[in-house]
Amino acid sequence: MKTISVRFKSGAMLLLTVLVTAGCATSSGSEKDPLEGYNRAMFAFNDGLDKVILKPVAKGYDAVLPTPVRTGVTNFFGNIADLFIGVNNLLQGKVSTGAGDLGRVAVNTTVGLLGVFDVASSMGLEKHDEDFGQTFGRWGVGSGAYFVVPLFGPRTVRDTAGLVLDVAADPVGYIDHIPTRNTLLAVRVVNDRADLLPADKVIEEAALDKYSYVRDAYLQHRRSVIYDGNPPRKAEFE
Amino acid sequence: MKYAISFIIGSIMSCVATGVAANNLAPDELIRTVSADVVEIVKADKDIQSGNARKAADLVDKKVAPHFDFLRMTRLALGRDWRQASPVQQKALAIEFQTLLVRTYSKALTEYKNQTVDVKPLVLKAEDTDVKVRSEIKQPGAKAIQLDYYLQKSDTGWKVYDIEVAGISLVTNYRESFATEVRNSGIDGLIKVLQTKNKSTETVAVKK
Repeated sequence: MKTISVRFKSGAMLLLTVLVTAGCATSSGSEKDPLEGYNRAMFAFNDGLDKVILKPVAKGYDAVLPTPVRTGVTNFFGNIADLFIGVNNLLQGKVSTGAGDLGRVAVNTTVGLLGVFDVASSMGLEKHDEDFGQTFGRWGVGSGAYFVVPLFGPRTVRDTAGLVLDVAADPVGYIDHIPTRNTLLAVRVVNDRADLLPADKVIEEAALDKYSYVRDAYLQHRRSVIYDGNPPRKAEFE
Repeated sequence: MKYAISFIIGSIMSCVATGVAANNLAPDELIRTVSADVVEIVKADKDIQSGNARKAADLVDKKVAPHFDFLRMTRLALGRDWRQASPVQQKALAIEFQTLLVRTYSKALTEYKNQTVDVKPLVLKAEDTDVKVRSEIKQPGAKAIQLDYYLQKSDTGWKVYDIEVAGISLVTNYRESFATEVRNSGIDGLIKVLQTKNKSTETVAVKK
């Protein structure tokens, strides 16, 4: 119980920082991105950190591990994530979808050898993508301003609150054996980053201004996932 | 950053294209044929797989571009500002935007290789002129990526005018930055930015 309260406390601190920073930094930016001044600075900071530390590590990791191993690692962490994906689907009232997610965890943890093999997908139990931010959105909470979170990257104010819960709920954080926990956390970060290496290059190719390209893509994407991929199409002013 | 950009995944492997007379293919058939075509070529071509941008761009140009309505895409990306551009400016914008989009695709083609594409069947009514074709990019170890095509009927067959990757429109994602550019330095300013961008990328341009 103690860990939970500690983790919620650190989560709450993060949220508080967000709100305070958001409150201070209202001077620059447009209606769509009122915190643009702060956001650009933090985006540049995250990007710089990524270039110097995370990306080189991810590249090495990607070069060393053969694809089947990479897939196994991605599956392993995906299985852990499925637990709260299921919980979030249940919270959104999507009972059968949520039950499917929990079914995935049951199947993959056992038959799939602790999640390394995604047996559930081949049985027709689809993988989903949910988090607390989406649940809040589904409940009707507005997104709030776009906000670049230190280290975590693009969010909105709502999704930052969701992130706090995502982190607090993360099963990996509850592992008592500290070295194991930290190793898993580190491997997950590197593995996730490595999965995104191709996207980097596409963005570099596509974007006139990386900051606004990533921001607009994030906002479009979040709008879409809250509707589970079927958002009403916005009017085209042609 | 990590989650932030995951969704931009440009799994454009499945881009539309086909050399043969695709004019009277139904929209979903068109996407299916062309996707299969492109995926097959990429799988067989070691150069493209190892990042030969030139070859990838040629492929996109030959197989994909004929089925795209780049003029409409440009209009969509410009939004309200389109009307304030002269015909000459409009043409320049469309040319530059086409180059940018084709390059982005080519890049995606060389970066993503291990996927399979599943195009969903579309129930097409006789009076339909504007449709959305859904597809999914399946990749090992991850949730399938949703890839949707918007097509409009034309005299020369169905033409794609927008693509959404994981809910992100590759066309309207430019709207905000285009508008900012136009507000700051006018239509000509935007044309210039696009030209500079297209020249700066080291890959060789894709002009016919």
